Amino acid sequence: MSETIEKIKTSTGHVLRTEEMVVNMGPQHPSTHGVLRLEVVLDGEIVVDVIPHLGYLHRCFEKHCEHMTSYQQVIPYVDRMDYVAAMTNEMAYVVAAEKLLKIEVPERVHYIRIIMSELQRIASHLIAIGTFGIDMGAFTPFLYYFRDREKILELFEMTCGARLLYNYIWIGGLSHDIPPQFVEKTKEFCTDFKKTLQEVNDLLNYNEIFIKRTANVGILPKDLAINYACSGPMLRGSGVNWDLRRDDPYTLYNKFEWDVIVGKGEMGTVGDVWDRNIVRQREMWESLRIIEQAIANIPEGDVQKAIPKRIRPVAGDAYGRIEGPRGELGFYIVAEESVTPYRIKARAPAFVNLSVINEISKGAMLADLVAIIGSIDIVLGEVDR
Amino acid sequence: MTAQEIHNILNDQFAGTILDAKLENVPDPFVKIAAEKILDVAVFVMNDERLQFDYLMCLSGVDYKGKLGVTYHLFSMTHKHKIVLKVEVPTETPNVPSVESVWKTANWHEREAFDLFGLNFEGHPDLRRILLPDDWEGHPLRKDYQTPEFYNGMKVPY
Repeated sequence: MSETIEKIKTSTGHVLRTEEMVVNMGPQHPSTHGVLRLEVVLDGEIVVDVIPHLGYLHRCFEKHCEHMTSYQQVIPYVDRMDYVAAMTNEMAYVVAAEKLLKIEVPERVHYIRIIMSELQRIASHLIAIGTFGIDMGAFTPFLYYFRDREKILELFEMTCGARLLYNYIWIGGLSHDIPPQFVEKTKEFCTDFKKTLQEVNDLLNYNEIFIKRTANVGILPKDLAINYACSGPMLRGSGVNWDLRRDDPYTLYNKFEWDVIVGKGEMGTVGDVWDRNIVRQREMWESLRIIEQAIANIPEGDVQKAIPKRIRPVAGDAYGRIEGPRGELGFYIVAEESVTPYRIKARAPAFVNLSVINEISKGAMLADLVAIIGSIDIVLGEVDR
Repeated sequence: MTAQEIHNILNDQFAGTILDAKLENVPDPFVKIAAEKILDVAVFVMNDERLQFDYLMCLSGVDYKGKLGVTYHLFSMTHKHKIVLKVEVPTETPNVPSVESVWKTANWHEREAFDLFGLNFEGHPDLRRILLPDDWEGHPLRKDYQTPEFYNGMKVPY
């Protein structure tokens, strides 16, 4: 912070003292999406510096994992990291664990996992865009989206009994096969949901007030995004054509046809808040495409056939990563010859994406900082673990 | 580029710095590097035309009982190849040069490793705790860590 204090004389002859001010934002603040605390240095309304303080939701996830008596026991803990996208969290951990243990799962398991991941991606993006809309003063999309998110949660509940924290994807298989009516209901959802998507797209993304609040705000250039290892919609919003589902394929994603959505700077500059939001919006269409292809061709098979009775890996380590709704979600597992994991590190996309906030908020207005936080789409459960 | 070729390039450039490597029959091929040279290697792999490792996927601390390790998972957006770098330091003198100047993402990862393992990243611009409170004592992910009875008058074990 600069030490200079200027003196400004007003037209009435009064002397105004100006200096930089530190404002504390959070941890209980509606626009910080959880318990994030930001120390904001302000020059009037202009942001000079943002210092995030994390850890309010730290629940010792990595330490807990070292006290498990099985690799499968970690899965319920993984659910609670990113609690609005628990399916993809399980998926990431299971991809890493199966890489370590060299387990091949039946094709049916792959298909169901992909359907669940894509449904979860939609559910997560619905929250991201819905709450982001609220931050920008648009309340309606939130209501529309939460109504349709509930339909996805019903599909999950029908499958595994839980709405939010599933413990569904297991190492080597799934906890349950899908129920008979699942295929029909999912197809129904896909058809219905397209209407909502189109409706909200027209309501929110091309609304003039919304564009004025988001275009040319919080610009994240391509090189900076890569240097900060941003991922997911954050990276694609900056114009990097990059998606792990296509570029480092896991499970059977390379079997499906879909497009990677990239920000183009339609309303302002490439990498602004509007771009990040529109990437999420359009990605949901692509997720629907994947779901429709997968649901039409689910092969038969036993989803529990490949589940190992006892997991005792050889000493070694593996890093597995997937494209979660927020970006690259990776798990680094170090194993010794034991049933207990020796060390598990979660590479949380929200944690990494949040670290760039200081760079992209400098020079913005304080109100724009709210837009920037909303566009990063953080989930503090994942940031703090 | 395969892990073997990446290893060969590193071996030519940094003879004596490469301590060990396992490139086959492992999930992720890795190269073990002398800890004090990690920054030089990082600068090289970032800027070398053939390697261009511009994306640091993950940086993790590990306690190997008696030794502390740092694992760097690197990826190249240009060439789409990966490599894992590992360093090890004694627990008593856990000094590792910071790679924050090469990959900015290392900033928070290194702070986390410092917080949970007590690794001292030399040259890091802002090395302080990130997940735990500033006045927390000890580094919980070390294998010999004892949970304190009390923290600021509050009972810790539940």
